[in-house]
Amino acid sequence: MTGEEIRQVVLEILERIAPDEDLTDLKDAVSFREQMELDSMDFLDIVMELRKAYRIQIPEEDYQNLNSMESTVSYLTPKLKDVPVAS
Amino acid sequence: MHYDTVIIGAGMSGLSAGVRLAYYEKNVCILERHTTVGGLNSFYRLRKRNYDVGLHAVTNYAERGSKPGPLSKLLRQLRMKWEDFDLRPQLHSSIAFPDCTLKFTNDFALLLDQIASAFPKQINGFRRLLGIIDNHDALNLDKAEAPRSARQVLNEHISDPLLIDMLFCPLMFYGSPTPRDMSFSQFVIMFKSIFYEGFGRPFDGIRLILKKLVRHFKSLGGQIRLRAGVSEIVHRNGSAKAVILDDGTEITADNVLSSAGAAETMRMVDPTKVIPRPTPGDISFVESISVLDCEPSSLGHNDTIVFYNDADSFHYERPKEPIDLRSGIICSPNNFDYSRPLEDGRIRITALAEPDYWIQMPEDEYQQRKMEWNDRIIASALKHIPDFRDHVIDTDVFTPRTIQRFTGHDNGCVYGAPEKFANGQTSLKNLYLCGTDQGFLGIVGAMLSGITIANRYLLK
Repeated sequence: MTGEEIRQVVLEILERIAPDEDLTDLKDAVSFREQMELDSMDFLDIVMELRKAYRIQIPEEDYQNLNSMESTVSYLTPKLKDVPVAS
Repeated sequence: MHYDTVIIGAGMSGLSAGVRLAYYEKNVCILERHTTVGGLNSFYRLRKRNYDVGLHAVTNYAERGSKPGPLSKLLRQLRMKWEDFDLRPQLHSSIAFPDCTLKFTNDFALLLDQIASAFPKQINGFRRLLGIIDNHDALNLDKAEAPRSARQVLNEHISDPLLIDMLFCPLMFYGSPTPRDMSFSQFVIMFKSIFYEGFGRPFDGIRLILKKLVRHFKSLGGQIRLRAGVSEIVHRNGSAKAVILDDGTEITADNVLSSAGAAETMRMVDPTKVIPRPTPGDISFVESISVLDCEPSSLGHNDTIVFYNDADSFHYERPKEPIDLRSGIICSPNNFDYSRPLEDGRIRITALAEPDYWIQMPEDEYQQRKMEWNDRIIASALKHIPDFRDHVIDTDVFTPRTIQRFTGHDNGCVYGAPEKFANGQTSLKNLYLCGTDQGFLGIVGAMLSGITIANRYLLK
């Protein structure tokens, strides 16, 4: 997956977790928490959804990398570069 | 048969935990002894009419798309839509004490106004109390504080015992496992869920929410087995290995999550009483359900729920009499903001009951006593509702005996044991508790309980 494809995957996960949020103006450099109402339960879900769809394990100490869209994409890029987009 | 997790009990907490686990592709089975789902919040049909078991109202009401609270948190976690619960808001409710009535709706401003005009000397203290409530994150298990007495906290800010009793009355009636007092954490959960967020009800009652949950759970690959009571939890070296059903079937599992209650669950672990077991709670209720030939509003009764107390002070405790007639709850499921009327009129009146009296009574006496006390409960509530007795076309009554029989909870206990197990852990390392004895109460609370414990231990 390319960075743009990973961004799309994360966006779809966010839509699933928080269907009431409007994500069209999401700023990639700004933390998710500042732009949406996400709590620790929701962050766990981002991790779990990625594991479900792409079988990647994200250890708890790495959760900080999922702070914003930008940091999430750069953290996931090496892990997902050889993985195709799930249908 | 082997599962990643078996869940004991198909009530709100067990079903919600099941949805979380099944969504993340865990192999999960829910085992329920009764012939239907729901547990303490189930439903039944009697003489061609639908009844809800416990539900007066769903607390934690929120409008569609409104700011995050427990309800939206819950819906997100379950991947369900607001429409799935279809909650219609209450009209208005009241707390009715001798010489003082406070009205409230799902807009907290009204209660604040009512308190300011009925208790002008207390309003500053009440505002200070609100500040403390606002800053208390009772749903966060990682920030759990040492238990504090809610009565003690209230006494620091409010000096009029009447106001303290009036605030406690709905919160205790709708969720206190402890007599006379609540833990402050429990008080905050109940305060926010009832006064800040408020009451709602699906037009079709609790069966709508349960059916959606079950369908969702099954569509994710989860399994439910009804008439499958667990009689024993088999364990070795401190961990649960399997459960044995009433018919002798053994089902092995990596984890067991039980919503049966702490004492009830530990009895499955060790039926011989060798280890000290948690004490079950003993706060239980009798409820009189009257079906009317008209809407309660046509008789002049428009309140959704009335929490009443006719004594000098409010006594929330296991009564010495079969039923404590001094206080109670009057709920009319008709008085919610629906777009069309319900099929028939309903008045539910609930009062504290003495569990042993009802549970130990011989069967041949039971029916008659139930109907006698039904008449007495209704008569005692007539100070707070127009006399509807000429309009009653059917009656059903449940007692602690009914609750024990269908839910398996000792003493017919409704809000679980006084001692809560907030982190869900037991003496066995892979046996966890959710539901009333974990500690989040109410329908939304019960669902969050299952979700929270599933997230914490069972998704890894």
